[in-house]
Amino acid sequence: MENLLEVKHLKKYFNTKHGTLHAVDDISFTLQAGKTIGVVGESGCGKSTLGRAVIGLNEVTDGQIIFEGRDVTHLSLKERKKMVHDMQIIFQDPFTSLDPRKSVFDLIAEPLKINHMTGSKDELTKRVIELMDTVGLAKRFLYAYPHELDGGRRQRIGVARALALEPKFIVCDEPVSALDVSIQAQILNLLQDLQEQRNIAYMFITHDLSVVRHISDEVMVMYVGTMFEKAEAQELFDHPIHPYTLGLLSAIPVPVVNKNKEKIIMAGEISMPINPPAGCRFAGRCPFATEACHTVTPELEEPFPGHFVACHNMREIHRDHNIVIP
Amino acid sequence: MNLLEVKDLTIVYDTSEGTVHAVNGVSFEINNGETLGIVGETGAGKTTTARSLMRLLPEPQGIIKEGSITFDGKDVRNMSEKELRHMRGFDISMIFQDPMTALNPLLTVEDQIAESIREHTKLSKHESVIEARKMLEKVGIMAERGSEYPHQFSGGMQQRVVIAIALTCNPKLLIADEPTSALDVTIQAQVLKMIADLQQESGTAMILITHDLGVVAETCDKVAIMYAGEIVEYGKAEDVYGRILHPYTQGLFDSLPSLDKNVRRLKPIKGLMPDPTDLPKGCKFCPRCEFASEKCKETEPPLKELTPGHFVRCLRYEKESGVS
Repeated sequence: MENLLEVKHLKKYFNTKHGTLHAVDDISFTLQAGKTIGVVGESGCGKSTLGRAVIGLNEVTDGQIIFEGRDVTHLSLKERKKMVHDMQIIFQDPFTSLDPRKSVFDLIAEPLKINHMTGSKDELTKRVIELMDTVGLAKRFLYAYPHELDGGRRQRIGVARALALEPKFIVCDEPVSALDVSIQAQILNLLQDLQEQRNIAYMFITHDLSVVRHISDEVMVMYVGTMFEKAEAQELFDHPIHPYTLGLLSAIPVPVVNKNKEKIIMAGEISMPINPPAGCRFAGRCPFATEACHTVTPELEEPFPGHFVACHNMREIHRDHNIVIP
Repeated sequence: MNLLEVKDLTIVYDTSEGTVHAVNGVSFEINNGETLGIVGETGAGKTTTARSLMRLLPEPQGIIKEGSITFDGKDVRNMSEKELRHMRGFDISMIFQDPMTALNPLLTVEDQIAESIREHTKLSKHESVIEARKMLEKVGIMAERGSEYPHQFSGGMQQRVVIAIALTCNPKLLIADEPTSALDVTIQAQVLKMIADLQQESGTAMILITHDLGVVAETCDKVAIMYAGEIVEYGKAEDVYGRILHPYTQGLFDSLPSLDKNVRRLKPIKGLMPDPTDLPKGCKFCPRCEFASEKCKETEPPLKELTPGHFVRCLRYEKESGVS
């Protein structure tokens, strides 16, 4: 099947007064229509910057973004405006991403108006109500304001706004992180239903590993701007290879009492990639780090088909557990 | 004797839009060194319950209408301002979700810890700063960094500082309101381990308020599930997690995506939490419950002890024998 989206060696650097911040450093992936790629990592790993760069909200420093076979890395403003029909984004915080002075009607009608897809007033109202229906918002909220609605309903407005232009691809940037678990489950189900009905591709950005496993076909683990591991969701969670992935999985509190699992507690914290030296960016926190890790940047290898890992010592780490990595 | 005993606690907020029934007849107890997890979604009344234990409800709106709070044998509801101040400083400490709002941005970290130490001891300024640096080491921060300001610290480090301040007085009870919800998982694991270690060392009891069933499983001895101001299920963590009784608790578990099982669709709880100014008459969970019968709409279910120490508030268990 042909790829809807191809991202090749994408780099996004920011100039700061302390030096160059390598927020996204050489990330590549592909995504097919109707599929979901999950991007998981801690605060500051560059996952949101990556998402924004892919849909053109951030100017790319280097690399290529190919959408439906066309290079869309550098577009004029006019061309960019056309692209928004195909690429949309849903933001994390339904409390700050909606204009408090606009009613639900205005908020959902806004993308339609801006893109001259309105027609008569009646047609517009009909279309807005249709969209509200799609995302499960009752018609009685048509003239309500965001502050009158709870977090789940507000996020439904965010989804409706993203859907208004019938995109083929949506970046979901932590869309459920601010919500209570029962509401979170409702929104996740909604996103999955929409994907099945409309064959939309998602790039799902989150720090929550259980959410990412649930919703993704493929998962990418990011750390300080680089990709450490990428594989099909089940493969990644059943056979994690990178020590950082192992540590992340071990850190998640599991809702089971007395589960005698051995916790790997990673010392230290994520650092800022300002003028980063060569070497693995995780070396300082990694319990398995050797000399090479501090001086040579590990290449992305493919030890199993479709399973990519960037780690010098993966073979040694897993040999102790009788797992042979080719 | 229990360190803390809460009985039939009922709290309302008087607002211009009506009376908010925030906490409705909550009872629980904690022994020395024990950890109780209070779990529930936004608006369940977790934070209101916790704040009332120290009489920190906003005044004049927040009113404890009924019930008793007994801490260390003393009646908290009848304490004088002076006794309250003593209790808040020496016996109970509280830490909040967002560490940045709990710290003073204009004071160095060690000065803030030292200030709290001087409140509780007769140490001089210089001595208290030395003591503060020791506290920093205890929570895993290099003493040299004490002269820095809060904004120079990461979220995880700021929370460690807040915990250091909370523990300066060697409290008998620590109330932690979502202490790790704003932190990344690897940092959360570090902070939770640190709290558990310090707790073991000092024998402090803890109330941990959270929405995360995983965090409770890993840190708490007892758990109380709250919904619409009531405890709907209460018991030892292994009992509650081993045999889930209340449909709401089950709904919470079913809403969680699993790390090791393939589930195509989650089973969220239908609908939303009821408006606390206008709670349903019978069982408060009834409008969202898949097992609800006509009787549930009319009758308020009592909290029933089904097996020793495991309580549930649901009419489905009405006919089971239970503990008498």
